[in-house]
Amino acid sequence: MTLLSIEGLTGGYGGADILHGVDLRVEPGEIVVIIGPNGAGKSTLMKAAFGLVKIKEGAVLFEKRDITPLRPDQIVRQGISYVPQERNVFPSMSVEENLEMGAFIRTDDIRPQMERIYSFFPRLAERRTQIAGSMSGGERQMLAMGRALMLDPKLLLLDEPTAGLSPLFIDQTFERIQKINAAGIGILMVEQNAKQALAVCDRGYVLTMGRNRIDDTGANLLANKDVAEMFLGG
Amino acid sequence: MVTELLQLAIYGVVLGSILTLGAIGVSLIYGILRFAHFAHGDLMALGAYFSLSLVAGLGFPVWASAPFAIVGAALAAIAIDQTVYRHLRKSPPIILLISSFGIAIALRSVIQLVWGPRNQVYASGIQIPWRFEGLVIKPDHVWIVLGAVVLVAALHLFLTRTKMGKAMRAMSDNMDLALVSGIPSERVIMVTWAVGGGLAAVAGIFLGMDTRLHPVMGWSVLLPVFAAAILGGIGRPYGAIAGGMVIGLAMEMSTVVIDPTYKPAVAFALMVIMLVVRPQGLFKGNA
Repeated sequence: MTLLSIEGLTGGYGGADILHGVDLRVEPGEIVVIIGPNGAGKSTLMKAAFGLVKIKEGAVLFEKRDITPLRPDQIVRQGISYVPQERNVFPSMSVEENLEMGAFIRTDDIRPQMERIYSFFPRLAERRTQIAGSMSGGERQMLAMGRALMLDPKLLLLDEPTAGLSPLFIDQTFERIQKINAAGIGILMVEQNAKQALAVCDRGYVLTMGRNRIDDTGANLLANKDVAEMFLGG
Repeated sequence: MVTELLQLAIYGVVLGSILTLGAIGVSLIYGILRFAHFAHGDLMALGAYFSLSLVAGLGFPVWASAPFAIVGAALAAIAIDQTVYRHLRKSPPIILLISSFGIAIALRSVIQLVWGPRNQVYASGIQIPWRFEGLVIKPDHVWIVLGAVVLVAALHLFLTRTKMGKAMRAMSDNMDLALVSGIPSERVIMVTWAVGGGLAAVAGIFLGMDTRLHPVMGWSVLLPVFAAAILGGIGRPYGAIAGGMVIGLAMEMSTVVIDPTYKPAVAFALMVIMLVVRPQGLFKGNA
């Protein structure tokens, strides 16, 4: 069963439409990447899946259920977690409290999931009591992902997870995304580092001016001349 | 001279305790709802009058009336939010600020209608003060300071140990992320009003114990309460504790050099100086 299916989506943030009839789908266990020039509507498309965009036409289906009219706090209960690009931690709260807030809607024991996340991100385990605002960009990105994973989602939405990170952290982040995916979690991400993102993804969507331009497997997109000229620096 | 200063310091700590309880509410509400709640002083007065009804009407001791006043003020705060502020959630902060001005005037009128415009007290007669080395301490002063300490400690435990308390901090920290994490904002907002209103009621009762009850009591203490919240860094409830103490002490100590009538002016001056020199407050606030 298709995990996420966006069909003919038109909408924006209330002013002029940013998306014009976009289609996208994510199958279970896939890594799907959205690339495109600035202003193409990449982040908007992903936010649309999370109820953060005013949708005029089209639909968003999650496991065949129509989630188009749902609010973010309702969508998160369906099994989708979202990591914003910026301001994605609670800065005055500790690492542990950040993870706890990620699991706010869970009423069962969250300790086992928290321990799983600590074993996945050992750096966070060392810093349980540290205040999130005092951590480095890379650590904060880990915490942001950890927070989103506290709900054990079926689909993880990542908005430019490597933005502003040093090359070393970028490599580590992509490795980690692959590891999260290996645990069976579908991933939809927007990325500026198109070359690396396409190398790790199953499929990619190229968006321009709020419309689908090309969609293909990651390998084919990497080999595609047009894509190379547009985004991969020749 | 030393005795006189110490005596004023005692009054300052008492006043500081009252201001702190009010300022914590102002700070919490600012942190979560992003507007300066100008009806907070009158909410304090409302709590004080709830208490008066039980004390004067039913013969309750003041301490026993406090829980009812806390619940009453908390419910009043939630009711005001649900009927007025809730419809303005997406409005700019200035609209909310002005409407809270309106609520303040409405509350004051209700108090005046129900309880009358004259001065009232919880207990008439003179309390026998304790005397140590020339210092005069009234039992009420001790209760006020102890009460404030206990409530601040309870609030601290609530904010750091409970899921709801942490959710309040999370919303104040990063509203958008709280939303996408599934934190139910409307429920957190209700709890915020309950906590802010409850603390305001106690602050009002303490103010009534320390001085007298009057329909304008809340309005006249609003300025020092805001000064305390701003000094501590508005949106930071812990800063409000320090802010309340500094303002309370400064107001009382200033009477050594200037006329006591100018006490509120001292609070105002400190607030203005703070806004000019360090607008983020002693501790970094959200403003």
